[in-house]
This record gives sequence, C-alpha cells and structure tokens, in this order.
Amino acid sequence: MAMLEIEGLNAWYGASHVLHGISLTVEPGEIVALVGRNGAGKTSTIRAVMGLMPKATGSVRFADTELLPLPAHARFGLGLAYVPEERRIVPGLTVRENLQLGLVASDGTIDERQAIDEIARSFPRLKERLDQQGVTMSGGEQQMLAIARAMIARPRMILLDEPSEGIMPILVEEMGVLFRRLRDEGTTLLLVEQNVEWALKLADRAVIIDQGEVVHRSSAAALLADKAIQERYCAV
Amino acid sequence: MDAELIAMQLFSGVALGAILIMVALGLSIIFGMLGVVNFAHGALFMVGAYAGLWVASLTGSFWWGLLVAPVAIGLFGMAIERVLIRPLYRRSVDDPLLLTFGLGYVLVEAVRIAFGSDGIPFPTPPELAGVADLGIGFFPIYRLFVVGVVAAVLILVWLCLEKTRFGLIVRAGARDPLIMRVLGVDIAGVWLLVFGLGVGLTALGGVLAAPMRNVNPEMGSLVLAEAFVVTVIGGMGSLVGAVVAGLLVGVAISMTALFAPEMATIVMFALMALVLLVRPQGLFGKPGRA
Repeated sequence: MAMLEIEGLNAWYGASHVLHGISLTVEPGEIVALVGRNGAGKTSTIRAVMGLMPKATGSVRFADTELLPLPAHARFGLGLAYVPEERRIVPGLTVRENLQLGLVASDGTIDERQAIDEIARSFPRLKERLDQQGVTMSGGEQQMLAIARAMIARPRMILLDEPSEGIMPILVEEMGVLFRRLRDEGTTLLLVEQNVEWALKLADRAVIIDQGEVVHRSSAAALLADKAIQERYCAV
Repeated sequence: MDAELIAMQLFSGVALGAILIMVALGLSIIFGMLGVVNFAHGALFMVGAYAGLWVASLTGSFWWGLLVAPVAIGLFGMAIERVLIRPLYRRSVDDPLLLTFGLGYVLVEAVRIAFGSDGIPFPTPPELAGVADLGIGFFPIYRLFVVGVVAAVLILVWLCLEKTRFGLIVRAGARDPLIMRVLGVDIAGVWLLVFGLGVGLTALGGVLAAPMRNVNPEMGSLVLAEAFVVTVIGGMGSLVGAVVAGLLVGVAISMTALFAPEMATIVMFALMALVLLVRPQGLFGKPGRA
C-alpha cells in the first residue's frame, strides 16, 4: 500500500488552473524528490495535499484515507506533517514554544519534556536557544526549527518545501544527514527542491513537474545521470 | 480640596478603570485573534448587566447573577460567532464590523422591548454595602470588591494565556492561523471559544458595573467608546496594555470629573490623541501588526 497516492489532481488559484491531473505515488520509507522550474506547480501540489488550495479535485489518498474532503487540520493527526517554504516560525514565541506547537494537537501520548529533549539531541543548535525568540535565529536555524516542529509528534510522512533554500552549505549537508536518518527510521519524505543535484543524491525516486503536469518519473539515480532531461525541465 | 477627597476620587477612577479593562480586554483579544472589531461589545456589556439583574431577581441573590450571567452571555456570544460571524470570515473586513454594529442595535431594542427604556436600579448586594475605612479615607466596599474580582479574573486570564496549552494555541493562532491548521489545530473551534471568552468578560463587566449605576438599554454605548479608547491607548491585542490603559483612562475621567467636570468626557480622547502622536501602535502594541 502506498503511503501517499495522488491521482488526477487538479487545483486552482481563483480562476487560474495551476495543476492539470497530477498523479504520483510515494511508497512507505522512501524519499521522493519533486523537482521542476519555479512556478511549475510543485508547491501547489503539496499545498493541495495539505488542504490549503482554494479549490482542488481528483484524489489524494494518505495511508488509504481520502484527504481532499477533509479539513486542513485533520491531516496532522493522520501522521502527515508539512514544512512550508516560508518556515512560519511564529513570532512572539520562544524556540521551545514553537516546538510545543508541534505537540498541541497530539492526544497526550507523547511526553512533552521527553520529546523536546529528544529533539534537542538531534538539533544541538536549537538546544542552546530553547528560550530565545524563534524568529531571532538565522534562516538556517529557523529552517531546522520548522523541521523539528514538524517531526516532534513522530509523523509517518513529512512534506518539505525547499528546505535548502537560502541556507549555508554546511547546514544543507547536516539536513541531508538528518533526512537519511529519518528515512532509515521509517519516515517517508516528499522533498520539493530547486537544489536538484542535492535532492537527487538524497532521494530514492524523482518526479518532475512542468506547467502543472508530471513530465518525468524515474529513480533518482537515473535522473541524476540524465543531464539532458534535467536541462530541459529544471534549468533556471 | 483635601487629600481624602482626591484619594477617594482616585479610587473611583480605579474602579471605573477595572470595568473598562473587562470590556477592553474582550474587545482586544477578539480583535487580536479573529481580526473582528466587535461593535456589539457594548450592547453585550448591557445585556450582561440585564442578565445579571434578571438572574439576581429570580434567585434573590446577586451572587447567582454574577456567576450565571457571564457564562450564559458567553455562550450566547459563541452562538453569535458560529451562526452570524463565521460565514463572513472569507469576506471583506467591513462585513463583520457592519454585522456587529447592527447586532448592537438589535440587542438594545430587544432589551428595550423586554425590560422597557427606563433605567432599573440594581441594588448593591447587602453583604457588600457600606464603606470601609482604609486609614486614608472611606471607600465603598462594593468598589473594592469590583477591583478585587477584576484583578482575580485578570490573573486567571493571564495564567490561561501564558501557562496552558490552550493559551499557547491562542497566542500562536493570533499570529499565524495557517501554521496552526497544518499542525492539526481546528482553529475555527479556537476562534469560537475566544469569541465566547471575550463576550463573557464584557458581560461580567456589565454585571459588576450594574450596582454602581442604573441598568438601562443605553449603558453600553458610552462603555464601548471608552473601551475603544482603552484598546487604542494600550495597543490592540495586549493584555498588559488593556490593564494599564484601562486604569489610566478610568483615573483620568474621574480626576477630571473632580476638577473640571465639563471636560470629563473629552479627556480620554485627548489622552488617546496624545498617545497616537507619540506611539501610534499604542503603549504596548506591536508596530505593523495587521
């Protein structure tokens, strides 16, 4: 059974039809890279999965639950987390409180202190800053916080929108290590990226979207080797 | 003019300010969280006073009125949010404003029909009648009680906002409702509770204010204007701001009433203009908060 199965997904922003029948699947425990040019529809695809598009039709099944009819907030409890491109660290809240936000909807089976300790071990940079305002940290640290907040309730799958954007190379490397570890522990990842080479080295499979349609599916390694296709659909 | 009189007038100002804080706090958290300027807030203050009066006359006890009316009107507020305001969220910001503005008139007229236009005296509960000698002057016990209740409620609200999971959701949801939905929070349900809480606070203010003045259908309109001034001076969405500005306005009004009675209604607007000139976001507001 696929973890995420998107079939014939159409979506609109007002009158503009941005997704034209997207179909893709993500199997449990794999990393899938979703790549393509700016404006191709990558972000719209994961926003539609998260229930954040004004209008979407087709089918999106997560672990066999049809998502499109559900309100946006119903997804987190099914084990589907999302790290938006803008990170959305909440101003006025400390790093610790931002992490707590990742647990407010959980049913209380997760011990908050223990979960934060655990996260602090995975993210030493956050550990030193737990009582600092989240938005005062560097972009990279905020990205780490956004990822930590999404994973603290131990979701089955995380959708990540351009996590490497605008971040120091050393942090991007650290993030790659983290994503591999998450996958090895059984978490499924869908990674939207502009940093194609980095994403393809991490991912098991790759999907290219262009003008709101899927134009290529293959193993990540095969796409990494195929410079012609990369040039055609991903070149800036 | 002796010091005792000034002390008493100062204290009257604090008691008036305490009432204003109850009204302004509700106004401020509703705006901070939902982005709705609740123009029915003054009318709900008045409805709270009538509800308190009604329950008190049914049960023969002020205490039941004080307890039941804010809860009942808070629930009524939740019904208003759910049925009337929620359908307007996706529309222009003017729509909830117009709706609550009209709702205020409907409530005033409804009370006029049910209870008449004349003011009804609301007797001070006998346990709280009389004055207490605090060494610096004689103070009405009821007003001391009002200040005490408001202080206790403020501490409760503060604890709820700062120390509980619900409070964390409210503070974060006011800044970024989208991320809260992504993190699994039914933010519409939170808005419902916050609206009910804000309305319950103004209703509590209404019941508390009732024995200090006559209860009449118009009693909400001046309070609404005063509460707006308080939220503007204190900064929208700030609890500390509502408290400081509420006391400031209450004391300013009552001190002016002593020295220059004809200026008493103008002084708060002068204060507001001054604050806006120096600090447009209000004393404790954050600049540029949408």
